[in-house]
Amino acid sequence: MAPARTHESGLSRFLPIAVLIGLLAAAAGVRILIEPHGGQNLLASFYDLIGNPAGAEALRNGQGDQFLAKLLLAAIALFVGVGGIWLLFTGASTLVERFPPKFRDRILPWVFIGPALLLLGIYLVYPAVATIIGSFQDQKGAFTLANWSSLATGPFLEILRNNAIWLVAATAGSVGLGLLVAALFDRIKREALAKTFVFVPYALSLVGATVIWSFVYAWQPASQPQFGLLNAIWTAFGGEPVPWSTKFPINIPAEILIMIWLQTGFAMVVLSAAIKGVSTEVIEAARLDGANERQLFFGVIVPIIRGSIITVATTIGIATLKIFDIVMSMSGGRNHDDVVAVRMFTEMFQFFNDGRAAALATVLFIAVLPVMVINLRNFRRQQAM
Amino acid sequence: MTASAKPIARSRGRRFAFWRAPMLESLPLRISVLVICFLWTVPTAGLLVSSFRNPLLITKSGWWEGLLHLFEANQWTLSNYQQVLAGDNMGAAFLNSLIVTIPSTVIPITVAAFAAYAFAWIPFRGRGFLFIVVVALLVVPLQMALIPILKIYSGASLYGTFVGIWLAHTAFGLPLAIFLLYNFISQLPRDLFESASIDGASHFQAFVQIVLPLSVPALGAFTIFQFLWVWNDLLVALVFLGPGGDVQIMPTALFNMIGSRGGSWHLLTAGAFLTMMVPLLVFLTLQRAFVRGILAGSVKS
Repeated sequence: MAPARTHESGLSRFLPIAVLIGLLAAAAGVRILIEPHGGQNLLASFYDLIGNPAGAEALRNGQGDQFLAKLLLAAIALFVGVGGIWLLFTGASTLVERFPPKFRDRILPWVFIGPALLLLGIYLVYPAVATIIGSFQDQKGAFTLANWSSLATGPFLEILRNNAIWLVAATAGSVGLGLLVAALFDRIKREALAKTFVFVPYALSLVGATVIWSFVYAWQPASQPQFGLLNAIWTAFGGEPVPWSTKFPINIPAEILIMIWLQTGFAMVVLSAAIKGVSTEVIEAARLDGANERQLFFGVIVPIIRGSIITVATTIGIATLKIFDIVMSMSGGRNHDDVVAVRMFTEMFQFFNDGRAAALATVLFIAVLPVMVINLRNFRRQQAM
Repeated sequence: MTASAKPIARSRGRRFAFWRAPMLESLPLRISVLVICFLWTVPTAGLLVSSFRNPLLITKSGWWEGLLHLFEANQWTLSNYQQVLAGDNMGAAFLNSLIVTIPSTVIPITVAAFAAYAFAWIPFRGRGFLFIVVVALLVVPLQMALIPILKIYSGASLYGTFVGIWLAHTAFGLPLAIFLLYNFISQLPRDLFESASIDGASHFQAFVQIVLPLSVPALGAFTIFQFLWVWNDLLVALVFLGPGGDVQIMPTALFNMIGSRGGSWHLLTAGAFLTMMVPLLVFLTLQRAFVRGILAGSVKS
């Protein structure tokens, strides 16, 4: 540590100036990033400077080297986004460390946690309060209960019902399948390879997964060749082609299946690690007592890994309650398959009814709250183990 | 014959599961494993195969029939990708996705690491209370933030800007990031910090020279997690970047293609695969770190 210190003190003389210059550059970068067409304008100014007015003109008209302008913007974005945050912390810490020790010790913790608290205050605490208040206001800001009472009417009851179906089916399906797959794969030699196949979908976007499955569900009239896998199999067994993803009520399980396909891998990974953590002695004792494989699994292993099952179920449950992308990309919630998060979006951007959108957001909050509390309690219990 | 009469000793040792049954690698087991892997892969395989098929054939026959003509050149093409990259702006969307995702990953992890260090190792008034508040914010779904933040953004001309979405993703990722990093950083041995402070190192130096290098596993795991989450996000992008235009990212672009090119499967499949390439690459190369991160967040490490 000591040699590093002497090196540091030599450097520290011009460090503040370097940080200051860096921060000014970052501020200029933010300006370019916020300005509409900032990348094009900057490149155009540069072209003017080097005597290429034609290129500059083309850029300003939305033609010419657009891709180059985008690349330039990307470079600035990376400098500002990645470098800026480090300059900010370095600069503030270096500055505060020059204060007399008494002030320094009092201020320094706030330099470290200040940015986090500021962001959380602006982006979560204030909006949460504002959203709850907003759910009791009409378009003009006067107090009303209409947003909430309207949630008890037909279309919204359907939405709440759909969310309940999603919550139960997607969570139970993912956890059940994840447990099954974890138990099965645990007994084979190429376990890691096999797990990768099931785990890969977890990395994909829900929009991408929806396109994948829309293609599986694709429907053609009976006279045409069925290029959707499911209908090809279905008609091969003599069925009439079914529009799986658009026809209520089959569209709801069809959408839920996408989520299960994605989340099973996550459940499998966590539960598989938990199964491997069960001690050998317990297993052998159960075997000596004459337990068969099924009794061993459900009577011994499942109770022991209960904590992990709760973790997986609550994590998937929360993601399912907030489900947006699948329903939004599949139908926008127009085929009796609407859910709270999609409807909230529709209320915001199609009906411009912020009050009702706020009420729907609050519904999500209320629904997530108990699940998250179970999750955190369970986490603490596991940590204490 | 009871179970105890069967030999319990496992010849393969403890590298494999302890409770493996006598039916180890029996035929039914092998078949069910193969079936599961097959079922999980077929949907993606169909998309991938179709994205390279001749657009004229894609709705005339199933992609599995296309596989029967694997070596006939007129069956396959790259034109779907060319068309999507240029015509549907997937190329620009790819750059936008990078511009959005990299800072939206680096900023929260930096901010969270500094905060987690202070919560763990700098004593100050109100520390315990503030930490509980931060963890409690885990229960707030990001939907609660959308309307008020959108109003602020419209006033501050941050709507539709990269800076705006960086800050939003940063804040939404912070509670989990601080929680996970605190769990890791607070477990580092106390001696490290004591000897550093005797050597006259400041908190900033201790953080940069001791904590960051030792926390690489935790930082790496969260980085992968946040990267995939931001790259794949549709909701935050639709709300704060808008439904289209210059700044649209790949999920938004794909979402718009579903609307505008619903029947053009040759383009949709190619577009979908383009959006998946980066997550797949990240996932397959960093799978072990990713799994470690998931386990750290869910079970006792």
